[in-house]
Amino acid sequence: MVNSLDPTCNTTPEPMTPGSTTPNPTPLEISAAELTVPQNTSAASAKDIASDWEPKILVFACQYCTYAGADLAGLSRLQYPTTTRVLRVPCSGRTNPQFVIRAFQKGFDGVLVAGCHPGDCHFTTGNYFTRRRYLLMTRLMEFIGLDPRRFRVCWISGSEGPKFQQVVTELTDTIRPLGPSQKLWDEGGISS
Amino acid sequence: MKKVGVFVCHCGTNISQTVHCEKLAEAAKTLPGVAFSTEYKYMCSDPGQTMIKEAIAEHGLDRVVVAACSPRMHETTFRKCIDSGGLNPYMLEIANIREQCSWVHSDKDKATAKAGDLVNMAVAKVLKNEQLPSSFIPVHKRALVIGGGIAGIQAALDIADTGYHVDLVEREPSIGGKMAQIDKTFPTMDCSACILTPKMVDASQHPNITIIPYSEVEKVDGYVGNFDVTIRRKASYVDSVKCTGCGLCSEKCPSKKIPSEFECNLGTRPAIYSPFPQAIPNKPVIDRENCRYFKTGKCKICARVCTADAVNFEDQDEMVQIRYGAIVVATGYTLYDHSQYGEYGYGHYKDVISGLEFERLVNASGPTMGKIKRPSDNTEPKNVVFIKCVGSRDKARGHDYCSRACCMYTAKHATMVRDKIKDSQAIIFYMDIRTPGKNYEEFYLRGVEEYGVTYVRGRVSRIYEEGEGENRKLIVQGEDTLLGKQVFVDADMVVLATAMEPQPDAAGFARKIGISYDQNNFFSEAHPKLRPVETLSAGIYLAGACQGPKDIPDTVAQAGAAAAKVVALLSKDEMETEPIVAKVDTDRCSGCGFCIPICPYKAISFTDLTERVHGSVAWGPTGKEVKRQVANVNNGLCQGCGACTVNCRAGALDLLGFTNEQILAEVDSLW
Repeated sequence: MVNSLDPTCNTTPEPMTPGSTTPNPTPLEISAAELTVPQNTSAASAKDIASDWEPKILVFACQYCTYAGADLAGLSRLQYPTTTRVLRVPCSGRTNPQFVIRAFQKGFDGVLVAGCHPGDCHFTTGNYFTRRRYLLMTRLMEFIGLDPRRFRVCWISGSEGPKFQQVVTELTDTIRPLGPSQKLWDEGGISS
Repeated sequence: MKKVGVFVCHCGTNISQTVHCEKLAEAAKTLPGVAFSTEYKYMCSDPGQTMIKEAIAEHGLDRVVVAACSPRMHETTFRKCIDSGGLNPYMLEIANIREQCSWVHSDKDKATAKAGDLVNMAVAKVLKNEQLPSSFIPVHKRALVIGGGIAGIQAALDIADTGYHVDLVEREPSIGGKMAQIDKTFPTMDCSACILTPKMVDASQHPNITIIPYSEVEKVDGYVGNFDVTIRRKASYVDSVKCTGCGLCSEKCPSKKIPSEFECNLGTRPAIYSPFPQAIPNKPVIDRENCRYFKTGKCKICARVCTADAVNFEDQDEMVQIRYGAIVVATGYTLYDHSQYGEYGYGHYKDVISGLEFERLVNASGPTMGKIKRPSDNTEPKNVVFIKCVGSRDKARGHDYCSRACCMYTAKHATMVRDKIKDSQAIIFYMDIRTPGKNYEEFYLRGVEEYGVTYVRGRVSRIYEEGEGENRKLIVQGEDTLLGKQVFVDADMVVLATAMEPQPDAAGFARKIGISYDQNNFFSEAHPKLRPVETLSAGIYLAGACQGPKDIPDTVAQAGAAAAKVVALLSKDEMETEPIVAKVDTDRCSGCGFCIPICPYKAISFTDLTERVHGSVAWGPTGKEVKRQVANVNNGLCQGCGACTVNCRAGALDLLGFTNEQILAEVDSLW
């Protein structure tokens, strides 16, 4: 099982294989090929990639911990990719999985949902719901064929500026070889 | 027609050195909805704010985006600014182009492009902003202090002195707490009772204080300004109104050999008792477990001797519900159970005692009338060994933390031994000596220099007994790390400085009243430095050792601070609340109730909605009034986390200030 919810955020999830989604691979009508996520090469060739292409990443940051951590990264002048965009939410538990899906539809290559460490939530329990919701979310992504490596949930406290830098840089580095995300991408834009 | 004004700040050169502010302001003009855009060196300064206010008036702006530093820095500043400019303060969005752009990137073009995106997001969001009304909730001007130790007494007195009514709830029959058990206080060697009992009397006679003894808080409902607290008055079997406190019942009670909790089991008490002679209120209670009448059904001597007819064996626990505006939690601490240190022989050797037991032994009103006598044979000990950090700073068996007061009280105990027993020896085994307080170091040095207390640096590995009868003595085996060798010390009595730890039911209590607690079960303050007496639950404050180990001066200081916070809250007739709360669209709400358990503040409940139904519906005739249940958010309780909005399958719940529409608009604006 791919687990991008590791609280330490240091483990890069394994690349997904058909075997990992179906522990007992006895597909009836579904062929193994259909379960396979588009691999780097196919994804990259499907869209013209400029040589300086950088994955765009959207961060849903809880305003009490991660947003403060991102501010601290700024105060400490820690450099990270310019393609990172931070969206402030009151609590990571406010992040509806719908927002994540929308970000992929709109062409983001990676999404990070980040909040307070378990036990430290300003709202007591918000991040526990985040944790549960996004464990499911990861499985949904596998199911619809969206590479789960493009998505991560992470705990970054208000005092962890360096961790914010490290996590967004790592996520960018992970996604760069995967190429632009196309699975849900709607070029014309989806009417809201 | 929505008109957005965009204001780009240079922040001196903080932003402008990596972001082309002029280009940014120029580009913002082309965004949909933007009617005005400009840039300035310091937007937060007085000329900058004036610029915003003037632009609102001149261009008829109805919403504002400020591209500047983090909203955590100046959101409030700019909200006030547009408020005085005539707009609703929530018609503002901040694009964080300093902390999250200019400071973290060096490529000026890329940084400008990113800043442009951030302004896009803010404009997209602000276009969906709605005017949010500040709501006000009334404040009930009565405070509750939970715990009648020195912290609770001090907090109650300080609040009551300002004119607000305070209820002081104590679970024991008398207020006073641990301080009432202590003999003298360091570093001044004041008699503890002499400084505490007058305060207890003040509290009992204060017109604004009601002491509710022998009672526990059962339940806390409500929210800041309006807590509904259920208090259980435990059955005391004595009518406190009728009782005159003459003490005849205790005198005549036949069950006299019950170990006294107040005397740390070194003395005894009857079954109908008042914990100590200076108790307040000085009304006895019956200990049901040990009362002869409750055990055998016969006796009732106390009822017969009572001239006031105050004894009532039919007494029952009683629940009372009272409304309070603010709560101070001052539930104090307990002592570490050092029986876990088997090698120190506690419980096995009678002459190995705890620091609090020693306090009772030296106390003039204690079981030995202030004469230090060892418990095993009531003889005067000559060699007294003290062991510090029993349960503190010991990850393996105790707690990681330092209990703060033990270095000082052990220094006090050793001084008292040397003072009271002429040819005695006081030897202290220590790890470090910590004396962080006014006149504390001097006090410790006085013990060493004037009283000749011996300090040995090292841990004790074992205490064992040698000899029989009169020659029986304890041998304390430990290491002197300064000499680097084993030492064996003969001891007549050993005193263990045991760790302070939270009350055994602290975690459960914290959950009951809705405050957070740390890994050691001490209650958590809102901020360790800047909000040390507040909890994260608005309206609930902390005082004393329930928040962490503390000595008496710190406890009293914290109690005063908590009282000041309570008074600040109660001095308002109404409290302004953040309008960033969840809102229910009752048309969409199906009444499934999934949002109710997810809310950590119990802010959501069902309410009945009556509506007229038209057309043909499955559940009833048409044109009739139909009643259905829908979710209802209590704005006073809701803290605006938004957890419920994600859980709502019907999409009926939304969070004002961070609506689904606003967040999706932000996401959409980025591509």
